[in-house]
Amino acid sequence: MSDFVALWVYLSATPLFGLTATLVTYVLAHAFYLRVGQAAWANPVLWSVLVIAAVLLATGVPYPTYFSGAQFIHFLLGPAVVAQGWPLWQRRTQVRQRWGRLLLASLLGGVAASGSALALGWAVGLPADVVLSLAPKSVTAPVAMGIAEKIGGIPALSAVFAVLTGLVGALSGKVLFGLLRLPYSANGWAARGFALGTASHGIGAARALQVNADAGAYAGLALGLQVVLASLLMPLFFR
Amino acid sequence: MQGLRGLAWLLALQSAGELLARALQLPFPGPVVGMVLLLIALRWPLVREPVAQCADFLLAHLSLLFIPVGVGVMTHLALLSQYGGRMLLVLVLSTWIGLAVTALVLYHLSPADAADDVEGARDV
Repeated sequence: MSDFVALWVYLSATPLFGLTATLVTYVLAHAFYLRVGQAAWANPVLWSVLVIAAVLLATGVPYPTYFSGAQFIHFLLGPAVVAQGWPLWQRRTQVRQRWGRLLLASLLGGVAASGSALALGWAVGLPADVVLSLAPKSVTAPVAMGIAEKIGGIPALSAVFAVLTGLVGALSGKVLFGLLRLPYSANGWAARGFALGTASHGIGAARALQVNADAGAYAGLALGLQVVLASLLMPLFFR
Repeated sequence: MQGLRGLAWLLALQSAGELLARALQLPFPGPVVGMVLLLIALRWPLVREPVAQCADFLLAHLSLLFIPVGVGVMTHLALLSQYGGRMLLVLVLSTWIGLAVTALVLYHLSPADAADDVEGARDV
């Protein structure tokens, strides 16, 4: 038993632990997600985060120790943001034709999401730096952290808000779009995907991509646009 | 090998984006500038073919990349226990508002199309 404890202490302190724990948990969570027919409640990010956080808290491994391994996965967010250019480029003709309304939907949706978060956060009495950290939450996590830093929020908190926002969209988009009576037509899929990419960035886009290829492409486009608009406009607005 | 070459391109463009963003003091994060550079570079098959493979792989597993940051929620437990309910309320409502505004604006600005329900398709 003491051998096991010694082994655990050794393993949990190496970067190998964080990397392995993240990949293995995700692979298992994803297999489960597929097994239950990709039901929204079985979202693999949600369950991986809960399981890993619970294990770390139960075993007393501090987050920085975990992150020393998990950073190798985290690092790939940068190239993944660059890679968003690829689905965008593939649909460049559609994008060129619809440029005006896509830009308008992205701008109004982004302002609605951020503005309502700021107003609601202020209304329920959250501290000022927490409210500011809410502003960039619809943007993909690494970019949200950069924006939070510029406007006086807490970067780490913004990243968590961004992930939670993504999960809210991925989990409840279906019900909401049903209430809005969006049809399953080309326009309906475009609107669903574009909305998920705008308000729920990569996690919403991942969900859209799993359900419908067109919705996924529009989600990728939307999240790219949102990144550009938010990083351009937010620092100006909060100056 | 193509996939690896694609990753090399993505990283090179990200680095170029970081350099440009710093040198010109752009308000965008480096990877965003890299994405714009990629859009320009994709017209050349030398870039397009390897990047296509790598990008498809990266984007297919996009949700995995959010886990390390998501686990960071455990470092804010004090804040969560004090404001958790209110923060969740704000996050849920504002996300719904953002989703609804975006979807409705885009849908109602689009020219009408045939409402052909796709057989076997599931809701997002």
